This record gives sequence, structure tokens and C-alpha cells, in this order.
Amino acid sequence: MTFYKKHHTRAHSGLATLIVTALAVTGALATPAALAESPEEKGLAIAVEADKRDLGWVDSEAELKMILTNRNGETSTRELRIKTLEVQDPDVGDKSLTIFDHPRDIEGTAFLSHTKITEPDDQWLYLPALKRVKRISSANKSGPFVGSEFAYEDLISQEVAKYTYKWLRDEACGDLQCFVIERFPVYENSGYTKQVVWIDQEEYRAMKIDFYDRKDSLLKTLVNADYKEYLDQYWRAHTLQMDNHQTGKSTTLTFEEYQFKIGSNEGDFTSNRLKRAR
Amino acid sequence: MLGAVFTSRAAVQAGEWDFSGSIAGELRVFPNAPAFDEQDDTRLSPSIAVEPEVVFEWNGGGDRITFVPFGRLDAHDDNRSHVDLRELNWLHVADDWDSVVGVDKVFWGVTESRHLVDIINQDDAVEDVDGEDKLGQPMINLNLFRDWGTVSGFILPGFRERPFRSNDARLRGALPVDDDNASYESSAEEYHVDFALRWAHTFDDLDVGVAHFHGTSREPRLLPRVNNDGRVVLVPRYDQIDQTSLDAQLTKDAWLWKLEAITRSGQGDRFFATVAGFEYTIFGILDSNADLGLLAEYLYDGRDEDDAPAVITDDDLFLGARATLNDEQDTTFLIGGIVDREDQSTSFSIEAERRLGEFWKMELEGRIFVNVDKDDLILNGIRDDDVITLRLTRFF
Repeated sequence: MTFYKKHHTRAHSGLATLIVTALAVTGALATPAALAESPEEKGLAIAVEADKRDLGWVDSEAELKMILTNRNGETSTRELRIKTLEVQDPDVGDKSLTIFDHPRDIEGTAFLSHTKITEPDDQWLYLPALKRVKRISSANKSGPFVGSEFAYEDLISQEVAKYTYKWLRDEACGDLQCFVIERFPVYENSGYTKQVVWIDQEEYRAMKIDFYDRKDSLLKTLVNADYKEYLDQYWRAHTLQMDNHQTGKSTTLTFEEYQFKIGSNEGDFTSNRLKRAR
Repeated sequence: MLGAVFTSRAAVQAGEWDFSGSIAGELRVFPNAPAFDEQDDTRLSPSIAVEPEVVFEWNGGGDRITFVPFGRLDAHDDNRSHVDLRELNWLHVADDWDSVVGVDKVFWGVTESRHLVDIINQDDAVEDVDGEDKLGQPMINLNLFRDWGTVSGFILPGFRERPFRSNDARLRGALPVDDDNASYESSAEEYHVDFALRWAHTFDDLDVGVAHFHGTSREPRLLPRVNNDGRVVLVPRYDQIDQTSLDAQLTKDAWLWKLEAITRSGQGDRFFATVAGFEYTIFGILDSNADLGLLAEYLYDGRDEDDAPAVITDDDLFLGARATLNDEQDTTFLIGGIVDREDQSTSFSIEAERRLGEFWKMELEGRIFVNVDKDDLILNGIRDDDVITLRLTRFF
């Protein structure tokens, strides 16, 4: 996969390069099942196609609510807003700004992340009580995000080059037909040995993901539901249900309506402006 | 509610109001009898603090007025019962600059054991001994965002004197402070206009800030004087200083390498002070969700205490540990100790906090002074004032 690290596929500005690269590896992109190819090539082709269909949305903003449920059925809630900037530079991933509204003791806390492909991300945290912006270590990708069953690595942009792939089979998933692929994290500090992803063949949306822990046993299952299409192209799930099979805890993440192309600029995603975030 | 806020944010025309804040009940426990006769033998000291926040935002978030008053009512320390204007300012945000006019709070720095370069705001020193509570500072602040970094200019008209504890209060120190008779080097006294300039930038793993401050020292010298009653008291003296500072953090995987350094003139000979160290985090310790951070910092301060305000951190070592459970209640523990390398005077600090339900937070703090040397100007005065604070905060 060194080839992909060099020419990884988040090449928004270099879409042509991307397609050429993908073709060189996979053969005909649009019909990955049509040619004789290895399960690895087919798995990668599916991921590349899914990524390609999600290029060009520029920026987005969404508010979301998390409901955390423990083994005894007790719940707690989180409310937050996430702004994301799709980065045109092919060597870096997207930038995101998360602002917490609830619970009230962390209201105004803001989290800035500059996602990288395989290197550690750059992350800053703004603590409103002290007015302090703190650069934090991004090495804990697998830790729980605000006490939920989502790890940080589950929520950040899923760049193609972050994994290697293997197609397993095609099967029905609800009313749809799905590709079932395995993906193996290549970035450092992942909490997973692998993930099994169900991707629908119509729109290339991830419908379900099984997460396997470092001991390769099934840890969590994520089910993405309530997909809506934006700008006639971009599909976003609005209900994400994560169940932890080992602890019995779960988290339901509900997105309100997304907004795209809201006119964010790079400056909104810099550490020196983090203290102004609201 | 979030929905309402968000919707109006998206369709901003008329502007929007946001109300929040907190009210906290606090009980301070002093296990020991005080060291000095004038101090009341207070063992249990309750107080209540209120800090509302009102924000009005308009022009699509491009303009914002923030109002944050603060007040505490303390059962025993009259000086700790106080009100302050933490913030009352107008923020204007443009594409590559922003500005703040009014009273605000500004934090600079990276280290944990001492906030050496943080100089814009006066310490609200009656609140706690950790230097993290600040009085609001009047300012005109302009920030320019450029590819080569952020430049921040501050004009600081009006100086806030440091508050001190009452004569009969715990933690007041060996001698009472007569803060009604503070004196200034500048003839303009508290109306001297101070200036500060800062450049901050991120180079990959490295976050750097360089700043200069010109104006009234936030730290007063405390000069002994015999007052009209024939008693020895300490009178604050505020000098004019120039302080240049550097703060830097290198973030490498689980390691945060931190440095703060200052050089200051105006209080005797020019002197140098620094705090340097690291924070290393072990993530997911013992196969759990908890993280354990290990902190170590060396503190040096070369000031001559005959000419400059006394500090405890002249040649000290700080060691600490932070446990973050990453649970639904955001439970964290922080323990640390600062040890003087010469006389082994030590101050310990313990902090624990946990959210209760959706709107409450419980905190426990301990400040414990051990092995205090008689010649330690600051610690010796509070050697018997170990304090454990229990705080319950309701957020709204």
C-alpha cells in the first residue's frame, strides 16, 4: 500500500490523478465486480468509489445529540455542533471544529482537529473557564469520545488510505444489496484489528460496521440509518446506533439537518481562533 | 433548545440572546488551628458563588457582547466576599482580524504548576492559591491572523489591584496586608496605561508564543510598615516593569514538552524565570478507558527578593499525576506536589471532579503544606492553613 500512501485518494484537487490511480489498481471503477480481481483489489475499489462519491461538498455544519445508555438502562445526553471543512490539499485530511452545548458544565468547550492521513492528527481543546487553548495529544484515537461508545477514530473522516481492504461477499442488507468488506487500520494507535463494513451497492453508503478489538473479538456494532441526500449527491446518516457487545452499553447519535457550503474558511479552523468559537 | 439556538444562528438577522452560568456552594475545611493570634480559629467555612453569563450575538456571529459578573459571599473572610466584573466586552470578528473592547480575560501559557507568562489579568487571589482565578481586565485588543502567525496587541487602561484576605482570615499569611494604602511607582497609579504585544504560531508539532508586556506589575511587592496602631503590616507596592516571555509546546504522540520563560526588568536587577517539563499520557491504562497523565516540571526564578515580589518557586520541582476516567461523568483526579530543592518545603495539591446528572458537578480540592521552612516567606505564613474544599456547582 505504499503506492496509496504516496497517491492517496483524498486528492480533491487532483481528481484525475485519483481516477487514474484507482483504475491502475482496480481496473474499471464503475463496475468493480465485473472484472477478475482479487478480493483485496475489489475491496479497495469499493472504498475508492465510496470516497469518490463524497467529494466536493466543501464544508458542512450539523448539530447532534448523543444519548448514552449504560448496562442498567440509565441515560445521559450530550449536545454538540460539528463544523467540517473539506480540505483541498491532498496530503492532509479534513478539518473539524466541535462545540459542546450540553451538559452545561462543559458548555462552550471546543475541540479542533486537523485530520492527517496516516500521521497523528493535530488537536486543540479550548477550556472556557480558564480561557485556555490547549494543544492535546492525538495518540488516544481509541478512547471513548465524551464518555460515549464512539471512539474518536469512529467519528473522524474515513480517508481511503487509513485502511487496507478485502472484499468478503455480497449479501442483502435490509431492502438493499450490500458489499461486505473488511478493512484493516494502517494508522497508528487504532483500537481495532479490523472492521467489517456493509456498503450498499446503489449509493455506496456504509450501512453497518462491526468493530473487532485488539484481541480480534467483536467489540461493537454501528448501524447507520435515516440516510438523507444533500445537494443531489451527498448522503448522510441521521441516526447512528453504536452497541458495545462486551459492556452492554450503547450510544445513539442523532443528527439534525446538515447544512453544506456555508462559507467557512480555513481561518475558522485555526487554534488561535478557537477561543472565539461559539 | 439547541435547535432554537442553532436555527436562529443560521438565520441571523435580529441577533440572539444566550443565558447561562453557574451557582456554587462551597465548604472549606481547615483541619488545623491557625498559626497567628489575629486569625480566627475557623475550621468550617461555607461560601456561595454566582457567575452568570449573558451573551448577545448579532451580525451572523460577527459581533458579540459578553457580560459575566461574579460574586462570592463568604461566611468568614470579609475580603473573600467580593464581586467582580469578569467580562463585559464587545467582540468583533472579521475575516482575518478580530477585536475586543471592554473587560475580558486572556490566558497565555502551557505549563501546569505555574502560570509564569500569563500576565494580562490580575490574580483573584482570595479565590484560591493556584493563580487560576482572575479579575476582569479593561482592554482594547486587536488580533491579526496572518499566514506567519497571529499578532495580538493590547492597550490596557486601568489597573486592578490584587485582593488580599482579611486580617482574621485563614490563608492570610504571616502579616496582615493593608491594601488600602497600596503605592505605585507610576504617578498615574492605577490609571497607568499598560501595553502588551504577542505573536503566536503553530509549526507542525510546535506551538509557540512570544510576548512583551510594558506596564504595572500584576504582582505587588509587600513592604513591611508600622501602621497608626503601631502594628507591622504589609503594604502592596506596584512597580513598572517590562517583561518579555516565551511559551512553547512540542506535541509528540503521547508526550507534551512544555516551556515557559520570562525575563523582567523594573524590580531590581533584570531577572530570568522559567518553567519547563513534560506531560506524558498512558492511554487506556490497564485495558480500561482511563488515561493516566504523568507530569514533571522544573521551576526556576532568579529574582532578588529584596527588590522583587516574593515567589515560592525559586528552585523547585513539580511532580504530578492526572487520571481521566473517560466515563459518562467525566471523572478526573489530579494530584501534585511542588518541592523546594533547597529546603524541601512542599505544597501538595489534590483535585477531583465528577459530574452529577446533567446539571451538577462535585469537586474536591486539597491544598496541603508540609515540611515548611521558617525562612520561606510565603509558605511559612500559611503553614497551618491546610485546606480541603468541597464544592457543589449547579449549571444553568
